[in-house]
Amino acid sequence: MNLLEYFARHHREILQATLEHVELVGIAMLLAVAVGVPLGVLVAQRPWLAKPIVGGANIAETIPSLALFGFLLPVPWLGDRAERIAIAALALYALLPIIRNTAAGITGVDKAVRDAARGMGMTERQILLQVELPLSFSTMLAGIRVATVLTVGIATIAAAVGAGGLGEFIFRGLAMVNNQLILAGAIPAALLALIADFLLGVCERRLQPARS
Amino acid sequence: MSAEIELTSGRGSLPDTQPVIEFRHAGYKLPNGRALLRDLNLVVRRGETLVLLGRSGAGKSTALKLINRMLEPGEGVVLVNGRSTVEGDPIELRRHIGYVIQEVGLFPHFTVEQNISLLPRLEHWPEERIRTRVAELLQLVGLNEAEFLHRYPHQLSGGQRQRVGVARALAADPPILLMDEPFGALDPLTRAEVQCEFQDLQRRLRKTIVIVTHHVTEALLLGDHIGVIDAGALVGLYTPKDFMDATEPVTAAYTANVRMFEKLEGPG
Repeated sequence: MNLLEYFARHHREILQATLEHVELVGIAMLLAVAVGVPLGVLVAQRPWLAKPIVGGANIAETIPSLALFGFLLPVPWLGDRAERIAIAALALYALLPIIRNTAAGITGVDKAVRDAARGMGMTERQILLQVELPLSFSTMLAGIRVATVLTVGIATIAAAVGAGGLGEFIFRGLAMVNNQLILAGAIPAALLALIADFLLGVCERRLQPARS
Repeated sequence: MSAEIELTSGRGSLPDTQPVIEFRHAGYKLPNGRALLRDLNLVVRRGETLVLLGRSGAGKSTALKLINRMLEPGEGVVLVNGRSTVEGDPIELRRHIGYVIQEVGLFPHFTVEQNISLLPRLEHWPEERIRTRVAELLQLVGLNEAEFLHRYPHQLSGGQRQRVGVARALAADPPILLMDEPFGALDPLTRAEVQCEFQDLQRRLRKTIVIVTHHVTEALLLGDHIGVIDAGALVGLYTPKDFMDATEPVTAAYTANVRMFEKLEGPG
């Protein structure tokens, strides 16, 4: 049985697993953006917070993913369901590029632009919302893009704690020494990563602030 | 006698002679203790243009930033319309003071229209009034409305950007205008052009203006008074006419520079 036949025969399961995968990654990314962007803003505005916040996110990044899933098992509420553990761990991994790029985008805003905004009587909040954030969108999105591609890959490991997704095929394939099974998980995961990268890349270019 | 006193005090309250900006022993130090400005005493009256002339780093921009509270004086006070700048809300203060900086600082993600109308929008002007105001300002700075309204800053030349910057600063019709090297980034010909236009604008608007520059010709062209600042201190205050006869060494260096160019042009 060649690979194409395998895909044809199991397309339902593969589609099901792909949807689970997208769900895991999607929710984790929403969570990571919701937490990471405000943290990035904080880092940009209060440089003394950069070390603890970026450092913390950095440490999370260095924990081997399999171990991180394990560490979260005994956490109350989170540990009750495998998807929760997976989403929390994935969001934690996605944080660093988002925080870093948000902060870089904001600190990268031309000083003259910030000075002009302040000098004309905009409040700090208005400067952030109307000037700094819009001008950082493309940098921020570049971070989200990197984080998403990373997360699509790491999410395959979520199957190890039973969270589902395309990792199911990979782990089953590994256990059964069946390459077709492994590829049934790996190929859609790679495609997902490529698609996410492409779509977010398009958005990033669209949002690029006009420059001379 | 009493009539005369009344007359003079009456004249003192005429709008033309009212101090709008006043520095009283104002100084500013960096956190590391280095003084950027020391014991500055200056009065700018309504409708007057004061030019602060000096080398880069002499403290001119610092003086300017004390007026709209971008910086707060460490010593002395700076009064705007009789009130210390550090009393009250800095946002409120800045909204009544137009501010133009050398790099212009137009918002790159906003069109010309959005740049100019930002402050009126923040102040919740009705749309109709904003539209009229933007058209009026573009005309005032000599830019064709149909052509420029929807352009982005990167689609403008340096001179055009500068004009939009001035229009933006004037948007909410502030009585005071601060300009920090406003024409500094322009090539000499465009600079001369924009300076002349600005002179014309100045005559029509009669705003109270403080300009910071290191160009002596600009100071002579635009200033009713010229304050020479050197190493953080005011070393002389002149009318353009007195300026050329000044003997104070820093000022004399500037006038020597002007005379050198006059000589190049030859007699007559």
